[in-house]
Amino acid sequence: MPTFVYASKCSGCGDCVDICPSDIIHFDRKSRKAYNIEPDACWECFNCIKVCARQAVDVRGYADFVPMGASISVTRDDRKNVIDWNIMYRNGTRKKFSFQIRTTEWGSIKPPSEYPQAKIGEDENLSLEPEKLYVDSLPRLKVRKIEE
Amino acid sequence: MKNKTVDCDILIIGGGMAGCGAAWEARYWSRNSKIVLVDKANIDRSGAVAMGLSAINTYMGMRWGENTPEDFVNYVKNDLMGIIRDDLVYDVARHVDSSVHLFDEWGLPIMKDKNGHYLREGKWQIMIHGESYKAIIAEAAKKSASEIYNRVMITHLIKDTNNKIAGAVGFDVRDGAFYLFKSKAVIVSAGGASQIYRPRSSREGAGRTWYPHWASGSAYGLLIEAGATMTMMEARFSVPRYKDGYGPVGAWQLLLKAKQTNALGQDSFELHKEEIRRSFNGKMGYADVVPTPTNLRVLSSLMELKAGRGPIYMHTENVLTKENEELGWEDFLDMTISQALVWAGQNVDPMKEPSEILPSEPYAMGSHATENGAWASGPADLSSSFKNEERGKSYFWGYNRMSTIDGLFVAGDACGASPHKFSSGSFTEGRIAAKSAVKYLIDHGSEHPQIESNMIEQVKDNLYEPMERYNKNKHEITAGKVSPDMMWYDQGLARLQKLMDEYVAGWGSWYTTNEVMLNKALKLIKMLKEDFVNYAAAEDYHQLLRVWELWHRILTAESIVVHMLYRKETRWPGYYIRSDFPAIDDSGWRVFVNSRYDSKTQSWETFTVPVIDLVVRK
Repeated sequence: MPTFVYASKCSGCGDCVDICPSDIIHFDRKSRKAYNIEPDACWECFNCIKVCARQAVDVRGYADFVPMGASISVTRDDRKNVIDWNIMYRNGTRKKFSFQIRTTEWGSIKPPSEYPQAKIGEDENLSLEPEKLYVDSLPRLKVRKIEE
Repeated sequence: MKNKTVDCDILIIGGGMAGCGAAWEARYWSRNSKIVLVDKANIDRSGAVAMGLSAINTYMGMRWGENTPEDFVNYVKNDLMGIIRDDLVYDVARHVDSSVHLFDEWGLPIMKDKNGHYLREGKWQIMIHGESYKAIIAEAAKKSASEIYNRVMITHLIKDTNNKIAGAVGFDVRDGAFYLFKSKAVIVSAGGASQIYRPRSSREGAGRTWYPHWASGSAYGLLIEAGATMTMMEARFSVPRYKDGYGPVGAWQLLLKAKQTNALGQDSFELHKEEIRRSFNGKMGYADVVPTPTNLRVLSSLMELKAGRGPIYMHTENVLTKENEELGWEDFLDMTISQALVWAGQNVDPMKEPSEILPSEPYAMGSHATENGAWASGPADLSSSFKNEERGKSYFWGYNRMSTIDGLFVAGDACGASPHKFSSGSFTEGRIAAKSAVKYLIDHGSEHPQIESNMIEQVKDNLYEPMERYNKNKHEITAGKVSPDMMWYDQGLARLQKLMDEYVAGWGSWYTTNEVMLNKALKLIKMLKEDFVNYAAAEDYHQLLRVWELWHRILTAESIVVHMLYRKETRWPGYYIRSDFPAIDDSGWRVFVNSRYDSKTQSWETFTVPVIDLVVRK
């Protein structure tokens, strides 16, 4: 759809407006609630749905090839680092899946400036190489002489 | 209107995988410089990985002796029918494992096999639980950059009076503020182009293309207009994917071993192998290499569809079981949720029935399985023997991944002739470009860009002109969007997509074109450019974003047509056929096609550069 927003659930917090990669979730000036201003530029990436704490955002499958009645709902928990999917078929069949989303705590990445800095010289090693390659040295290619 | 000027040492344009890699690497090598990253969306979920991914497609596994960079170069060269820069591809391959190991440490869940090695999807691919892939990588970038500007669209690069890069201009897509970024070095890591061809989906569904709507060809639009030499723009490609939803096929083919057949249950490639061998074997025997080049497999599917023996099926029903069902569904839910919605909406049980596969509308990319982008210098140890006085014909001019313009670096979709990077390789190429940009700063950091203020004022007026035009003309009509004096972005986009589809080998013309059709396309694109300049209208800043995306798309499209006209052969028949030169010609055309656009005269210079085989072919 394209995504849409349930009027009864939206509090106007703007989390979906803030995350949409396509810049298509905007506030409606009158109601001060979010809505999809350009459904034909929606990729159904579900990012607006995943960030909504009130489950106010949902998807109705693209009108040109998805028959009505099916649904996919999702809950992404970034403390437990799990995402839960709940799929309902048009004919009522249900599927549930849960997947891990991260193995470490959010915010735990060590910044590059906290690593000792190698001297920038003539070699081709990138940051933390060759150690992070887990091989002895950066592979090099013996360059053949090309006859003109 | 607010005016903002930001002084930077390194400016990174586009915060996708390549841009995030660039931010990380620039900060590692330069602790005190001002590194600024700009994205037109929010980097937590921007770029092609915004939704997530179910696999990392480029991982050597050198620590376990799985592959070598040489093997990778050979594989990629076969897939692209003989034309790649060995130096650039080898360079990504030798570094890519360290990027993936960083992702692992940062918390990206990578599946493991019984030996504790990363679970292989195929020879080069590994399986991940990748819903949060981009959000994790963005965290690393946020801890690296000095400042991040979300929701700022870069419209033009700025050069100084000596033709060196000097920065970029753009605007905040929410409040409209004008931004001038002055920078000694600039890394373009923006995206390739979707929506330049009429999509197969229609009306409300038009946003469901395989490559996201927000991939507006800014990588190419920015570089072309700045006069950077471009390469291989004709190699735009289409991908065979699950029909309508564009669900990924890799895990189904490689890991689950599902077969693809025509409606009669026959293997399309086997049916046409002889015919394909006759026209497209070249000197390297492409029809017989393993794995078969993607475009030749696509060609055989198209031949079957054209013969009326479609649809092409992926036989999920023969491989999916209760035990591996979760893996099949996760493949979609991690990265193409729409495909799961197609199954649910159409009551498709993948354990009982097959699903259709169809080649997509064409896209321009430099990161996936093709090679559009800027011509760039390679690494010193691999490329310095292949020098030419003209940068556009050389493999090396001092700084790895520098474009032909001083101080302007490219990575990801922006770097051409360097295909099969995918997510991990794009991040890696961003790292390569950033280390190189830091070296450039060390050598040239004392030189300050000289920018003419008149020129900035002119660019600024030009940038907001579509809104001025709307305000001037809006009362001329009662309501709606039909006006003799204005062209809205969606109207210009529809014109571009129709002409590209009909004359430049889109799906509507069975991916086939010829010189007459391409010349017609050029004529129509020229008129579209004139109309853009004279009629483009925007009611608000969101529409202004779409207008400038359209400009980048138009320039991308024009370069594609110019390149396709120049290459007088059919190199990748599954991607497009030149009906007037319907076979591969290795003796004449196993060369790069490069081009340079002069924005003042609006003319193109086109030439060829030899392919140098650095890696011994196995």
